[in-house]
Amino acid sequence: MAELARARPKPTPETQHFWDGTKAGELRLQRCDGCAHIYFPPRPFCPHCGGRAVSIFSASGRASLYSYVINHRPAAPGFAAPYAIAVVELEEGPRMMSNIIDCPQTPEALQLDMKLEVAFERLDDAITLPVFRPAKG
Amino acid sequence: MRKPQVAVVGAAETTRLGIIPDMSQIQLHADAALNALADAGLKLSDIDGIATAVETPQQIAHYLGITPRWVDGTSVGGCSFMLHVRHAAAAIAAGLCSTVLITHAESGKSMIGKLPRSIPADSLQGQFEAPFGVVGPPSMFPIPVLRFMKTFGITHEQLAMVAVVQREWAAKNPRAMMKEPISVDDVLNSRMIAYPFRLLQCCLVTDGGGALILTSAERAKNFPHKPVYVLGAGESVETPMVSQMESFNSSRAFRVAGPAAFAEAGISHSDVDHLMIYDAFAHLPLYGLGDLGFMPYEDTGPFIAAGHTRPGGKLPLNTNGGGLSYMHSGMYGMYALQESVRQMRGIAPAQVPNARISVCHGVGGMFAASGTVIFGNQD
Repeated sequence: MAELARARPKPTPETQHFWDGTKAGELRLQRCDGCAHIYFPPRPFCPHCGGRAVSIFSASGRASLYSYVINHRPAAPGFAAPYAIAVVELEEGPRMMSNIIDCPQTPEALQLDMKLEVAFERLDDAITLPVFRPAKG
Repeated sequence: MRKPQVAVVGAAETTRLGIIPDMSQIQLHADAALNALADAGLKLSDIDGIATAVETPQQIAHYLGITPRWVDGTSVGGCSFMLHVRHAAAAIAAGLCSTVLITHAESGKSMIGKLPRSIPADSLQGQFEAPFGVVGPPSMFPIPVLRFMKTFGITHEQLAMVAVVQREWAAKNPRAMMKEPISVDDVLNSRMIAYPFRLLQCCLVTDGGGALILTSAERAKNFPHKPVYVLGAGESVETPMVSQMESFNSSRAFRVAGPAAFAEAGISHSDVDHLMIYDAFAHLPLYGLGDLGFMPYEDTGPFIAAGHTRPGGKLPLNTNGGGLSYMHSGMYGMYALQESVRQMRGIAPAQVPNARISVCHGVGGMFAASGTVIFGNQD
Protein backbone atom coordinates (compact mmCIF):
# COMPACT_ATOMS: atom_id res chain seq x y z
CA MET A 1 0.00 0.00 0.00
CA ALA A 2 1.35 3.42 -0.93
CA GLU A 3 2.15 5.72 1.96
CA LEU A 4 -0.46 8.45 2.37
CA ALA A 5 0.82 11.81 1.19
CA ARG A 6 0.78 15.09 3.07
CA ALA A 7 -2.56 16.94 2.80
CA ARG A 8 -2.41 18.95 -0.39
CA PRO A 9 -4.22 22.27 -0.71
CA LYS A 10 -6.59 22.72 -3.63
CA PRO A 11 -6.73 26.40 -4.63
CA THR A 12 -10.00 28.17 -5.35
CA PRO A 13 -10.46 31.20 -7.65
CA GLU A 14 -10.16 33.44 -4.58
CA THR A 15 -6.91 31.89 -3.33
CA GLN A 16 -5.11 31.11 -6.61
CA HIS A 17 -2.94 34.25 -6.38
CA PHE A 18 -1.56 33.08 -3.03
CA TRP A 19 -0.48 29.71 -4.42
CA ASP A 20 0.88 31.31 -7.60
CA GLY A 21 2.89 33.50 -5.23
CA THR A 22 4.45 30.71 -3.18
CA LYS A 23 5.36 28.95 -6.43
CA ALA A 24 7.18 32.13 -7.50
CA GLY A 25 8.89 32.46 -4.09
CA GLU A 26 6.61 35.20 -2.77
CA LEU A 27 4.33 35.33 0.24
CA ARG A 28 1.36 37.29 -1.08
CA LEU A 29 -1.03 39.14 1.22
CA GLN A 30 -3.92 41.47 0.50
CA ARG A 31 -4.43 45.08 1.58
CA CYS A 32 -7.69 47.02 1.45
CA ASP A 33 -7.45 50.05 -0.83
CA GLY A 34 -10.04 51.82 1.29
CA CYS A 35 -9.03 51.25 4.93
CA ALA A 36 -5.47 49.85 4.47
CA HIS A 37 -6.29 46.72 6.52
CA ILE A 38 -3.94 43.81 5.73
CA TYR A 39 -5.52 40.38 6.04
CA PHE A 40 -5.22 36.63 5.56
CA PRO A 41 -6.51 34.12 4.45
CA PRO A 42 -7.22 35.43 0.94
CA ARG A 43 -10.61 36.77 -0.12
CA PRO A 44 -11.58 39.37 -2.72
CA PHE A 45 -12.95 41.88 -0.19
CA CYS A 46 -11.84 43.43 3.06
CA PRO A 47 -13.13 41.58 6.14
CA HIS A 48 -12.70 44.79 8.14
CA CYS A 49 -14.73 47.30 6.09
CA GLY A 50 -16.34 45.15 3.40
CA GLY A 51 -14.70 47.06 0.56
CA ARG A 52 -14.20 45.14 -2.68
CA ALA A 53 -11.22 47.23 -3.84
CA VAL A 54 -8.21 45.30 -2.53
CA SER A 55 -4.63 44.90 -3.73
CA ILE A 56 -2.27 41.96 -3.63
CA PHE A 57 1.29 42.61 -2.49
CA SER A 58 4.36 40.59 -1.60
CA ALA A 59 4.98 40.41 2.16
CA SER A 60 8.44 40.81 3.72
CA GLY A 61 8.53 37.18 4.82
CA ARG A 62 9.62 38.30 8.29
CA ALA A 63 7.63 36.81 11.15
CA SER A 64 7.76 35.75 14.78
CA LEU A 65 6.65 32.59 16.55
CA TYR A 66 3.24 33.24 18.13
CA SER A 67 2.43 29.75 19.50
CA TYR A 68 2.69 26.06 18.66
CA VAL A 69 2.24 22.46 19.70
CA ILE A 70 4.72 19.66 19.15
CA ASN A 71 2.58 16.83 17.86
CA HIS A 72 3.68 13.41 19.11
CA ARG A 73 0.84 11.20 18.09
CA PRO A 74 -0.65 10.34 15.79
CA ALA A 75 1.42 11.89 13.01
CA ALA A 76 -0.41 13.30 10.00
CA PRO A 77 0.30 11.56 6.67
CA GLY A 78 3.66 12.76 5.33
CA PHE A 79 4.94 13.80 8.78
CA ALA A 80 7.29 12.07 11.22
CA ALA A 81 6.49 12.75 14.89
CA PRO A 82 7.41 14.72 16.87
CA TYR A 83 6.91 17.83 14.75
CA ALA A 84 5.79 21.35 15.57
CA ILE A 85 2.57 22.83 14.21
CA ALA A 86 3.11 26.54 14.58
CA VAL A 87 1.21 29.77 14.21
CA VAL A 88 3.46 32.60 13.10
CA GLU A 89 2.75 36.30 13.23
CA LEU A 90 3.82 38.08 10.06
CA GLU A 91 5.54 41.46 10.34
CA GLU A 92 2.57 42.91 8.41
CA GLY A 93 0.12 41.72 11.09
CA PRO A 94 -1.76 38.61 9.90
CA ARG A 95 -1.04 35.23 11.44
CA MET A 96 -0.84 31.91 9.64
CA MET A 97 -0.36 28.26 10.47
CA SER A 98 2.92 26.77 9.27
CA ASN A 99 5.87 24.55 10.15
CA ILE A 100 9.29 25.58 11.46
CA ILE A 101 12.21 24.11 9.52
CA ASP A 102 15.97 24.07 10.16
CA CYS A 103 15.28 24.01 13.90
CA PRO A 104 15.06 21.19 16.45
CA GLN A 105 11.40 20.42 17.16
CA THR A 106 11.81 20.91 20.91
CA PRO A 107 10.44 23.35 23.50
CA GLU A 108 14.02 24.48 24.18
CA ALA A 109 14.67 25.42 20.56
CA LEU A 110 11.20 26.76 19.79
CA GLN A 111 10.96 29.92 21.87
CA LEU A 112 7.87 32.08 21.56
CA ASP A 113 8.53 35.40 19.82
CA MET A 114 11.70 34.10 18.14
CA LYS A 115 12.34 35.80 14.80
CA LEU A 116 11.53 33.77 11.69
CA GLU A 117 11.76 34.15 7.93
CA VAL A 118 9.69 32.51 5.23
CA ALA A 119 10.97 29.60 3.16
CA PHE A 120 9.23 27.67 0.44
CA GLU A 121 8.71 23.94 0.32
CA ARG A 122 7.71 22.54 -3.05
CA LEU A 123 5.12 19.75 -2.90
CA ASP A 124 4.62 19.29 -6.65
CA ASP A 125 4.39 21.34 -9.88
CA ALA A 126 1.29 23.19 -8.69
CA ILE A 127 1.73 23.60 -4.95
CA THR A 128 4.53 25.13 -2.88
CA LEU A 129 3.92 25.59 0.84
CA PRO A 130 5.11 28.58 2.89
CA VAL A 131 7.14 27.41 5.88
CA PHE A 132 9.38 29.35 8.27
CA ARG A 133 12.93 29.04 9.60
CA PRO A 134 14.81 30.87 12.36
CA ALA A 135 15.91 34.27 10.98
CA LYS A 136 19.60 34.69 10.22
CA GLY A 137 21.50 37.36 12.11
CA MET B 1 -33.04 38.52 38.56
CA ARG B 2 -35.65 38.31 35.83
CA LYS B 3 -38.70 36.03 36.03
CA PRO B 4 -37.86 32.81 34.19
CA GLN B 5 -40.10 31.97 31.22
CA VAL B 6 -38.79 28.54 30.25
CA ALA B 7 -37.65 25.47 32.17
CA VAL B 8 -36.03 22.08 31.65
CA VAL B 9 -38.58 19.42 32.61
CA GLY B 10 -36.88 16.35 31.20
CA ALA B 11 -33.20 15.43 31.22
CA ALA B 12 -31.41 12.15 30.72
CA GLU B 13 -28.31 10.55 29.28
CA THR B 14 -28.15 7.29 27.39
CA THR B 15 -28.77 4.23 29.56
CA ARG B 16 -25.06 3.41 29.28
CA LEU B 17 -22.05 5.64 28.71
CA GLY B 18 -18.58 4.58 27.64
CA ILE B 19 -18.08 1.88 25.05
CA ILE B 20 -21.40 0.88 23.45
CA PRO B 21 -20.54 -1.35 20.47
CA ASP B 22 -24.10 -2.68 20.13
CA MET B 23 -25.77 0.64 19.25
CA SER B 24 -25.53 2.95 16.25
CA GLN B 25 -25.28 6.71 16.66
CA ILE B 26 -28.92 7.34 15.77
CA GLN B 27 -30.10 4.70 18.22
CA LEU B 28 -28.05 6.40 20.94
CA HIS B 29 -30.05 9.57 20.13
CA ALA B 30 -33.28 7.59 20.50
CA ASP B 31 -32.16 5.94 23.73
CA ALA B 32 -31.38 9.34 25.28
CA ALA B 33 -34.63 10.85 23.94
CA LEU B 34 -36.79 8.02 25.29
CA ASN B 35 -35.06 8.28 28.67
CA ALA B 36 -35.71 12.04 28.77
CA LEU B 37 -39.36 11.53 27.83
CA ALA B 38 -39.74 8.98 30.63
CA ASP B 39 -38.02 11.40 33.01
CA ALA B 40 -40.56 14.10 32.08
CA GLY B 41 -43.55 11.74 31.97
CA LEU B 42 -44.22 12.70 28.34
CA LYS B 43 -45.03 10.81 25.15
CA LEU B 44 -43.34 11.29 21.76
CA SER B 45 -46.56 12.91 20.51
CA ASP B 46 -46.21 15.66 23.14
CA ILE B 47 -43.05 16.95 21.45
CA ASP B 48 -43.65 19.76 18.92
CA GLY B 49 -40.14 21.16 18.62
CA ILE B 50 -36.85 19.41 17.91
CA ALA B 51 -33.19 20.41 17.90
CA THR B 52 -30.07 18.39 17.27
CA ALA B 53 -26.52 18.71 15.91
CA VAL B 54 -24.34 16.66 13.52
CA GLU B 55 -27.29 14.43 12.73
CA THR B 56 -29.98 16.49 10.98
CA PRO B 57 -33.28 17.32 12.70
CA GLN B 58 -35.14 15.50 9.91
CA GLN B 59 -33.13 12.35 10.61
CA ILE B 60 -33.95 12.43 14.33
CA ALA B 61 -37.59 13.52 13.86
CA HIS B 62 -38.21 10.71 11.40
CA TYR B 63 -36.43 8.06 13.46
CA LEU B 64 -38.39 9.02 16.58
CA GLY B 65 -41.69 9.56 14.73
CA ILE B 66 -42.03 13.21 15.71
CA THR B 67 -43.85 15.88 13.63
CA PRO B 68 -42.29 19.15 14.78
CA ARG B 69 -43.58 22.67 14.11
CA TRP B 70 -40.26 24.17 15.22
CA VAL B 71 -36.83 22.92 14.15
CA ASP B 72 -33.25 23.90 14.99
CA GLY B 73 -30.28 22.19 13.35
CA THR B 74 -27.59 24.56 14.64
CA SER B 75 -24.41 22.50 14.48
CA VAL B 76 -21.40 24.48 15.66
CA GLY B 77 -19.54 21.76 17.53
CA GLY B 78 -19.74 20.58 21.12
CA CYS B 79 -21.59 23.64 22.44
CA SER B 80 -24.42 23.31 19.88
CA PHE B 81 -26.76 22.15 22.65
CA MET B 82 -26.20 25.34 24.67
CA LEU B 83 -27.31 27.24 21.58
CA HIS B 84 -30.29 24.90 21.18
CA VAL B 85 -31.37 25.67 24.76
CA ARG B 86 -31.13 29.40 24.05
CA HIS B 87 -33.04 29.11 20.76
CA ALA B 88 -35.66 26.80 22.27
CA ALA B 89 -36.23 29.17 25.19
CA ALA B 90 -36.82 32.03 22.75
CA ALA B 91 -39.13 29.89 20.58
CA ILE B 92 -41.23 28.72 23.53
CA ALA B 93 -41.45 32.25 24.92
CA ALA B 94 -42.57 33.46 21.47
CA GLY B 95 -45.22 30.74 21.21
CA LEU B 96 -43.65 29.01 18.21
CA CYS B 97 -43.90 25.64 19.96
CA SER B 98 -44.61 24.36 23.45
CA THR B 99 -42.36 21.37 24.15
CA VAL B 100 -38.87 21.06 22.69
CA LEU B 101 -36.70 17.94 22.60
CA ILE B 102 -32.94 18.50 22.21
CA THR B 103 -30.90 15.38 21.46
CA HIS B 104 -27.22 14.61 21.25
CA ALA B 105 -25.50 11.30 20.71
CA GLU B 106 -22.23 10.20 19.25
CA SER B 107 -20.72 6.83 18.60
CA GLY B 108 -17.41 8.57 19.20
CA LYS B 109 -15.46 5.45 20.19
CA SER B 110 -17.24 2.60 18.39
CA MET B 111 -17.91 4.69 15.25
CA ILE B 112 -21.14 2.91 14.34
CA GLY B 113 -23.41 4.85 11.99
CA LYS B 114 -21.21 7.92 12.32
CA LEU B 115 -20.24 10.05 9.34
CA PRO B 116 -16.47 10.60 9.15
CA ARG B 117 -15.33 14.16 9.75
CA SER B 118 -13.18 15.33 6.87
CA ILE B 119 -11.65 18.63 5.76
CA PRO B 120 -12.16 19.38 2.03
CA ALA B 121 -8.83 20.25 0.35
CA ASP B 122 -10.33 23.40 -1.21
CA SER B 123 -11.77 24.79 2.05
CA LEU B 124 -9.78 27.47 3.85
CA GLN B 125 -8.84 24.92 6.55
CA GLY B 126 -7.85 22.45 3.84
CA GLN B 127 -5.59 25.00 2.17
CA PHE B 128 -4.15 26.89 5.11
CA GLU B 129 -4.12 24.48 8.08
CA ALA B 130 -4.31 20.85 6.96
CA PRO B 131 -1.01 20.88 4.99
CA PHE B 132 0.94 21.69 8.15
CA GLY B 133 0.31 18.40 9.91
CA VAL B 134 -2.88 18.90 11.88
CA VAL B 135 -4.55 15.62 12.65
CA GLY B 136 -7.60 15.89 14.87
CA PRO B 137 -8.40 18.08 17.86
CA PRO B 138 -5.35 17.18 20.04
CA SER B 139 -3.04 18.69 17.40
CA MET B 140 -5.12 21.86 17.03
CA PHE B 141 -7.05 22.77 20.17
CA PRO B 142 -3.94 23.22 22.38
CA ILE B 143 -2.10 25.45 19.85
CA PRO B 144 -3.03 28.68 21.70
CA VAL B 145 -2.03 27.53 25.18
CA LEU B 146 1.74 28.22 25.10
CA ARG B 147 0.95 31.86 24.26
CA PHE B 148 -1.62 32.02 27.08
CA MET B 149 0.94 30.54 29.50
CA LYS B 150 3.62 33.05 28.50
CA THR B 151 1.29 36.05 28.64
CA PHE B 152 -0.21 35.23 32.03
CA GLY B 153 2.60 33.28 33.74
CA ILE B 154 0.59 30.04 33.86
CA THR B 155 2.65 26.92 34.71
CA HIS B 156 2.61 23.31 33.52
CA GLU B 157 1.85 22.25 37.10
CA GLN B 158 -1.23 24.49 37.23
CA LEU B 159 -2.50 23.01 33.96
CA ALA B 160 -1.87 19.53 35.38
CA MET B 161 -3.97 20.41 38.43
CA VAL B 162 -7.02 20.87 36.18
CA ALA B 163 -6.93 17.13 35.47
CA VAL B 164 -6.14 16.22 39.09
CA VAL B 165 -9.09 18.18 40.49
CA GLN B 166 -11.52 16.86 37.92
CA ARG B 167 -10.51 13.32 38.76
CA GLU B 168 -11.43 14.10 42.38
CA TRP B 169 -14.94 14.98 41.21
CA ALA B 170 -15.12 11.92 38.96
CA ALA B 171 -14.23 9.67 41.89
CA LYS B 172 -17.59 10.62 43.41
CA ASN B 173 -19.50 9.73 40.24
CA PRO B 174 -20.37 6.06 39.61
CA ARG B 175 -20.96 6.77 35.90
CA ALA B 176 -17.57 8.44 35.34
CA MET B 177 -15.20 6.55 33.02
CA MET B 178 -12.03 7.35 35.00
CA LYS B 179 -12.22 7.33 38.80
CA GLU B 180 -8.71 6.42 40.01
CA PRO B 181 -7.05 9.36 41.83
CA ILE B 182 -4.15 11.00 39.97
CA SER B 183 -1.38 13.38 41.04
CA VAL B 184 0.30 16.29 39.28
CA ASP B 185 3.29 13.98 38.71
CA ASP B 186 1.01 11.36 37.13
CA VAL B 187 -0.28 13.99 34.71
CA LEU B 188 3.18 15.37 33.88
CA ASN B 189 4.54 11.86 33.36
CA SER B 190 1.67 10.61 31.22
CA ARG B 191 2.29 10.05 27.51
CA MET B 192 3.01 13.19 25.49
CA ILE B 193 0.24 13.82 22.95
CA ALA B 194 0.85 17.36 21.67
CA TYR B 195 3.29 19.40 23.72
CA PRO B 196 2.54 20.94 26.14
CA PHE B 197 -0.38 18.54 26.66
CA ARG B 198 -0.09 14.97 27.82
CA LEU B 199 -2.63 12.17 27.76
CA LEU B 200 -4.28 13.07 31.08
CA GLN B 201 -4.86 16.64 29.87
CA CYS B 202 -6.84 15.47 26.83
CA CYS B 203 -10.50 14.43 26.88
CA LEU B 204 -11.70 10.87 26.74
CA VAL B 205 -13.18 9.35 23.58
CA THR B 206 -16.40 7.48 24.35
CA ASP B 207 -19.89 6.61 23.12
CA GLY B 208 -23.06 8.08 24.56
CA GLY B 209 -25.76 10.68 24.35
CA GLY B 210 -28.15 12.90 26.21
CA ALA B 211 -31.43 14.68 25.74
CA LEU B 212 -33.28 17.63 27.27
CA ILE B 213 -36.95 18.61 27.20
CA LEU B 214 -37.95 22.24 27.68
CA THR B 215 -41.33 23.88 28.12
CA SER B 216 -42.79 27.09 29.55
CA ALA B 217 -42.12 27.91 33.20
CA GLU B 218 -45.88 28.11 33.65
CA ARG B 219 -46.36 24.44 32.66
CA ALA B 220 -43.12 23.29 34.27
CA LYS B 221 -44.54 22.91 37.76
CA ASN B 222 -46.81 20.06 36.61
CA PHE B 223 -43.97 17.65 35.84
CA PRO B 224 -42.47 14.86 37.96
CA HIS B 225 -39.22 16.71 38.72
CA LYS B 226 -38.39 20.08 40.16
CA PRO B 227 -38.24 22.56 37.24
CA VAL B 228 -34.80 23.85 36.26
CA TYR B 229 -35.28 27.35 34.92
CA VAL B 230 -33.34 28.93 32.07
CA LEU B 231 -32.34 32.30 33.53
CA GLY B 232 -30.14 33.52 30.72
CA ALA B 233 -28.03 32.43 27.78
CA GLY B 234 -25.53 33.70 25.25
CA GLU B 235 -23.87 32.51 22.07
CA SER B 236 -21.30 33.43 19.43
CA VAL B 237 -18.94 32.05 16.82
CA GLU B 238 -15.46 33.22 15.85
CA THR B 239 -13.58 31.14 13.26
CA PRO B 240 -13.28 27.50 12.21
CA MET B 241 -9.51 28.07 11.91
CA VAL B 242 -7.73 28.07 15.26
CA SER B 243 -4.81 29.88 13.61
CA GLN B 244 -7.09 32.82 12.82
CA MET B 245 -8.40 33.56 16.32
CA GLU B 246 -8.22 37.24 17.17
CA SER B 247 -5.93 36.40 20.09
CA PHE B 248 -4.58 33.29 21.81
CA ASN B 249 -4.96 34.99 25.20
CA SER B 250 -8.74 34.80 25.12
CA SER B 251 -11.68 33.42 23.13
CA ARG B 252 -13.77 36.15 21.49
CA ALA B 253 -16.73 33.76 21.28
CA PHE B 254 -16.47 33.13 25.06
CA ARG B 255 -16.33 36.88 25.70
CA VAL B 256 -19.56 37.42 23.75
CA ALA B 257 -21.54 34.40 24.99
CA GLY B 258 -20.66 34.53 28.69
CA PRO B 259 -21.44 38.18 29.46
CA ALA B 260 -24.68 37.99 27.41
CA ALA B 261 -25.87 35.13 29.61
CA PHE B 262 -24.96 36.93 32.85
CA ALA B 263 -26.70 40.12 31.66
CA GLU B 264 -29.89 38.30 30.68
CA ALA B 265 -29.97 36.36 33.94
CA GLY B 266 -29.29 39.54 35.90
CA ILE B 267 -26.81 37.82 38.19
CA SER B 268 -23.26 38.56 39.27
CA HIS B 269 -20.34 36.16 39.62
CA SER B 270 -20.76 35.94 43.39
CA ASP B 271 -24.26 34.48 42.81
CA VAL B 272 -22.83 31.40 41.03
CA ASP B 273 -22.96 28.24 43.14
CA HIS B 274 -21.95 25.75 40.48
CA LEU B 275 -19.98 26.05 37.27
CA MET B 276 -19.41 23.86 34.23
CA ILE B 277 -16.76 24.87 31.67
CA TYR B 278 -16.45 22.45 28.76
CA ASP B 279 -13.00 20.88 29.13
CA ALA B 280 -12.03 19.15 25.91
CA PHE B 281 -8.47 19.95 27.00
CA ALA B 282 -7.01 21.20 30.28
CA HIS B 283 -6.61 24.84 29.22
CA LEU B 284 -10.31 25.49 28.59
CA PRO B 285 -11.35 26.03 32.23
CA LEU B 286 -8.66 28.74 32.48
CA TYR B 287 -9.91 30.55 29.38
CA GLY B 288 -13.47 30.17 30.67
CA LEU B 289 -12.75 31.56 34.14
CA GLY B 290 -11.04 34.56 32.56
CA ASP B 291 -13.35 35.20 29.61
CA LEU B 292 -16.52 34.83 31.69
CA GLY B 293 -15.14 37.44 34.06
CA PHE B 294 -14.71 35.32 37.18
CA MET B 295 -11.14 36.59 37.68
CA PRO B 296 -8.15 38.07 35.86
CA TYR B 297 -6.54 35.56 33.48
CA GLU B 298 -3.30 35.45 35.48
CA ASP B 299 -5.26 34.29 38.55
CA THR B 300 -6.96 31.33 36.79
CA GLY B 301 -4.09 28.83 37.07
CA PRO B 302 -3.26 29.68 40.72
CA PHE B 303 -7.01 29.57 41.58
CA ILE B 304 -7.36 25.99 40.35
CA ALA B 305 -3.98 24.96 41.79
CA ALA B 306 -5.07 26.31 45.20
CA GLY B 307 -8.00 23.89 45.17
CA HIS B 308 -10.83 26.41 44.93
CA THR B 309 -12.63 24.36 42.25
CA ARG B 310 -12.24 20.93 43.91
CA PRO B 311 -14.88 19.21 46.08
CA GLY B 312 -15.48 21.50 49.06
CA GLY B 313 -13.91 24.48 47.27
CA LYS B 314 -15.60 27.85 46.91
CA LEU B 315 -16.33 27.50 43.17
CA PRO B 316 -17.22 23.87 42.34
CA LEU B 317 -16.23 23.36 38.70
CA ASN B 318 -16.93 20.42 36.37
CA THR B 319 -18.50 18.36 39.12
CA ASN B 320 -19.22 15.31 36.95
CA GLY B 321 -15.49 14.89 36.27
CA GLY B 322 -15.68 16.73 32.95
CA GLY B 323 -14.59 15.69 29.51
CA LEU B 324 -11.25 14.72 31.02
CA SER B 325 -12.66 12.07 33.39
CA TYR B 326 -16.46 11.66 33.05
CA MET B 327 -17.01 11.04 29.35
CA HIS B 328 -16.48 12.77 25.99
CA SER B 329 -18.25 11.41 22.95
CA GLY B 330 -17.03 14.24 20.73
CA MET B 331 -19.62 16.91 21.50
CA TYR B 332 -19.52 17.06 25.28
CA GLY B 333 -21.72 20.14 25.77
CA MET B 334 -24.82 17.99 26.35
CA TYR B 335 -23.18 16.23 29.32
CA ALA B 336 -22.22 19.56 30.90
CA LEU B 337 -25.87 20.63 30.57
CA GLN B 338 -27.04 17.33 32.10
CA GLU B 339 -24.77 17.89 35.11
CA SER B 340 -26.05 21.45 35.59
CA VAL B 341 -29.63 20.13 35.53
CA ARG B 342 -28.76 17.39 38.07
CA GLN B 343 -27.14 19.97 40.34
CA MET B 344 -30.19 22.25 40.11
CA ARG B 345 -32.50 19.32 40.83
CA GLY B 346 -30.32 18.42 43.82
CA ILE B 347 -29.65 14.87 42.61
CA ALA B 348 -26.06 14.99 41.33
CA PRO B 349 -23.71 12.21 42.54
CA ALA B 350 -21.36 14.95 43.80
CA GLN B 351 -24.11 17.34 44.80
CA VAL B 352 -23.11 20.91 45.72
CA PRO B 353 -25.14 21.64 48.89
CA ASN B 354 -27.90 24.24 48.42
CA ALA B 355 -26.84 25.13 44.88
CA ARG B 356 -29.33 27.62 43.39
CA ILE B 357 -27.54 28.95 40.31
CA SER B 358 -25.48 26.98 37.81
CA VAL B 359 -23.50 28.43 34.90
CA CYS B 360 -22.88 26.03 32.02
CA HIS B 361 -20.36 27.19 29.43
CA GLY B 362 -19.58 25.38 26.21
CA VAL B 363 -17.04 25.55 23.42
CA GLY B 364 -17.45 24.33 19.86
CA GLY B 365 -14.72 23.31 17.43
CA MET B 366 -11.28 24.64 18.35
CA PHE B 367 -12.57 27.84 19.99
CA ALA B 368 -14.79 28.21 16.89
CA ALA B 369 -18.04 28.71 18.79
CA SER B 370 -19.44 29.19 22.24
CA GLY B 371 -22.68 28.96 24.17
CA THR B 372 -23.45 29.76 27.80
CA VAL B 373 -26.61 28.83 29.70
CA ILE B 374 -27.42 29.94 33.24
CA PHE B 375 -29.84 27.74 35.16
CA GLY B 376 -31.66 28.31 38.44
CA ASN B 377 -34.01 26.30 40.60
CA GLN B 378 -36.03 29.18 42.12
CA ASP B 379 -38.90 30.74 40.17
